[in-house]
Amino acid sequence: MTHLDSLEAESIYVLREAAHHFQKLGMLWSIGKDSCAMLNLVRKAFLGRVPFPLVHIDTSFKPPEMIEFRDRLVREWGLQLIVGRNEPALTAADTFPAGRRTRVECCGLLKTEPLRATLAAQGFDAVIAGIRRDEEGTRAKERFFSPRGVANDWNVKQQPPEFWGQFQTDFGPGTHVRVHPLLHWTELNIWEYIEREGIEVVSLYFAKDGRRHRSLGCWPCTGTFESQATTVPEIVAELRATRLSERAGRAQDAESEGAFEALRASGYM
Amino acid sequence: MPSAPPASAAPLRLVICGSVDHGKSTLVGRLLAETGTLPEGKVESVRAACARRGVDFEWAFLTDALQAERDQNVTIDSAQIVLKAPGRDIVLIDAPGHEEFLRNMITGAATAEAALLLVAADEGWRAQSRRHAFLLGLLGLRRVAVVVTKMDRVDYSAQVFRDLRAEGEVLLGALGLEPFAWVGVSARSGAGVTSAGPEMPWQNATVLATLTACAPGAAAAEAALRFVVQDVYRQDGRRLVAGRVESGRVSAGDAIVLWPFHKDATVASIERWPQPGAQTAGVGESIALTLAEPVFVERGYVLSHPSAPPAVSNQLHASIFWIAPTPLALGAEVRVKLGTQQVAARVASLGRAFDPGREMPEQASAAEVPPNGAAEVVLQLHAPLVFDRHDHIAALGRFVLLLGARIGGGGIVTQAEPAVRLATKSANITESAGSITAAERTRRHGHRGAVVWLTGLSGAGKSTLARGVERELFARGSLVTVLDGDNLRRGLNSDLGFAPADRVENIRRAAEAARLLAEAGCIVLVALISPYRADRAAARRIALEGGCDFAEVFVRAPLAVCEQRDPKQLYRKARAGLIKQFTGIDAPYEEPEDAEIVVRTDEVGVGEATELLVAEIVRRTRA
Repeated sequence: MTHLDSLEAESIYVLREAAHHFQKLGMLWSIGKDSCAMLNLVRKAFLGRVPFPLVHIDTSFKPPEMIEFRDRLVREWGLQLIVGRNEPALTAADTFPAGRRTRVECCGLLKTEPLRATLAAQGFDAVIAGIRRDEEGTRAKERFFSPRGVANDWNVKQQPPEFWGQFQTDFGPGTHVRVHPLLHWTELNIWEYIEREGIEVVSLYFAKDGRRHRSLGCWPCTGTFESQATTVPEIVAELRATRLSERAGRAQDAESEGAFEALRASGYM
Repeated sequence: MPSAPPASAAPLRLVICGSVDHGKSTLVGRLLAETGTLPEGKVESVRAACARRGVDFEWAFLTDALQAERDQNVTIDSAQIVLKAPGRDIVLIDAPGHEEFLRNMITGAATAEAALLLVAADEGWRAQSRRHAFLLGLLGLRRVAVVVTKMDRVDYSAQVFRDLRAEGEVLLGALGLEPFAWVGVSARSGAGVTSAGPEMPWQNATVLATLTACAPGAAAAEAALRFVVQDVYRQDGRRLVAGRVESGRVSAGDAIVLWPFHKDATVASIERWPQPGAQTAGVGESIALTLAEPVFVERGYVLSHPSAPPAVSNQLHASIFWIAPTPLALGAEVRVKLGTQQVAARVASLGRAFDPGREMPEQASAAEVPPNGAAEVVLQLHAPLVFDRHDHIAALGRFVLLLGARIGGGGIVTQAEPAVRLATKSANITESAGSITAAERTRRHGHRGAVVWLTGLSGAGKSTLARGVERELFARGSLVTVLDGDNLRRGLNSDLGFAPADRVENIRRAAEAARLLAEAGCIVLVALISPYRADRAAARRIALEGGCDFAEVFVRAPLAVCEQRDPKQLYRKARAGLIKQFTGIDAPYEEPEDAEIVVRTDEVGVGEATELLVAEIVRRTRA
């Protein structure tokens, strides 16, 4: 088995455990490269099927290419899609781009809040999210099955033990579980896998006029960087050489030390 | 077109452990920085975080990412971070050293292939160093190097290093650990981390050289096949048995055995998406397979080849560690989760319970397993479990202990003698096929054979109902009989008592006897309290595997009603303490969740209940 084979097998195992343990399961789909790779893993785990709905939290500030890509895949693959939006905040223009909020507050209003509302409205007892340990310091300490409290909060000091492929899945009424099948993958692994499996991703990842996106987010807070990579193999080669961090283009992380941890503790992915 | 470079090789997974404040996170930070692993700007952001707190530069902040960790200068949870070492990536798992976070250390260490055990030169071997060393052994980590940190605090003294090494060799040797390297370092000055430096002329080792010398472990490719079933998916009329190859290899066409029920079958195909791919699968692969025969399979089953079966038993001998906040006492009820199997269990014997931080196993003294302690135990299981010895097939030789829904501990299997009755099947026994077919029997009797399993509390009316139904069906010309729990205990089961293991066996024999009769075309009414769901599920499987229909009938009446009826005066005796482990009083009754038929004997009379049951049985056994 190659390293990618091992990562794939582990993710499939986790996805199947999740499907067994939870009555009402959904998958967060950000339309980024990680969740597209994850969708491929889901179809492998369930032999071609996607046996649960996908949830997209739409801030209304996503580049149009992402929404077009999303809607096309939903059509072509017959996926169940649930879209969550914070309509009151959008109507009131209570956002960072409108100048009324800091970046981190805006993330809370347009991402964390509608995520909480959507999970509650759908009655999910678990949602699958494509986070990875190598993305960021607090995600490095995550669990495959990570409980969230009644208020969607993450109690980082009281994480359950998890070893030998055994996971705690029941945390009592009102709580839900975030399932993280990609925890052990790195950014490079994801691209190697996209290359190997021929997985389709949004065109924004490929360089145009010498710049490309490395991580997709809302356009007001996500920058591009200098790159000549226009194909998946070129992205793989570029990542093998770079020392720039993946989330370097995400402005909300840099707002203050601990900003990202605070976001995550209150229910962000 | 240039040829694609090889995809990422598997990184070595290495845990850094040792007592709190012995410099684990600092060493990890140093290693990351000196190997050029860190992304641009990372050191600067840590420098800014330190300045805000008014402290000197903290290497530990590189992995101690949580605000609480930085504020208190202690690692709370294991971080995993990739180190770009010469030749290969290494995943460094920075484990917390604080006693309160032992469960997080285990969570990190259990995924590692090798370990660095750190001990501070100025403090020496502490209780938590010993606990971590003990756990490394129990987790099966044999490749361990010891790093003596904070050498700057003892003026880089060769004597201090040698004394700690001498003491450590005795301590670790008693736990079966032989470190492959000993290195002295100062993560603050950098001496011994990636270069030897002039401070310690008495050594030329470095931590980085030690890490890169540690080769990844070989997979257990040659071991016997163990395929653990996670789920069965129905797709296009096929049953796809989904699971993981935990050891060995499985191929289409293989003759296999389904455990714990010892059912023979043949692998028809290996399934993957989008293409089925090679019709063979090796260690670690998550696949699905189909079977040639229409045998019953469900989550928890283990597949092996006939020549190398696992052990199957109601008893488990194991070494365990305990990380729940309250002690584990003799007689405690827990659940064992091994692979995808889960069974209720009782701590039947407790030997050598000790705190590995303070005592050696031979000094064991405790009457219960303390939090963060360890013990040798025998677990009495309420249903048969499939397993192997941990040093034979690791994946089937380790388990967790559940206390309610929480993981309270873990353990490794130390004995795996195949249970004679269940696990050994002589190669000289072949099933003889009868010449009279089921269809012929059905024509003769005018109905099909079936097992009707009546479960419920003592006094709920199982026997009364069974006898009434038997009389009615007999009057209609059916071939029918009753297997009554009390009667069975006079003959077939006269050697069994009421301990959990005996109850399990009592039910297994009743189910096997019922199956034989049903195969002969008889409608068999089994009247047995059968309080555990797992046992009733086992009875169902036995019947289904014999090709017999099975219906579970929940004969339901509230405990108070049963106690008031008390036809055999058993509740009175149980309340007086004359009978122990009486179902409903001091032993549990697990109500059926999916019984085919529920009869409320507190609401309907015997006549009506009998009529209802007869109608249902006639419908199910119609020719």
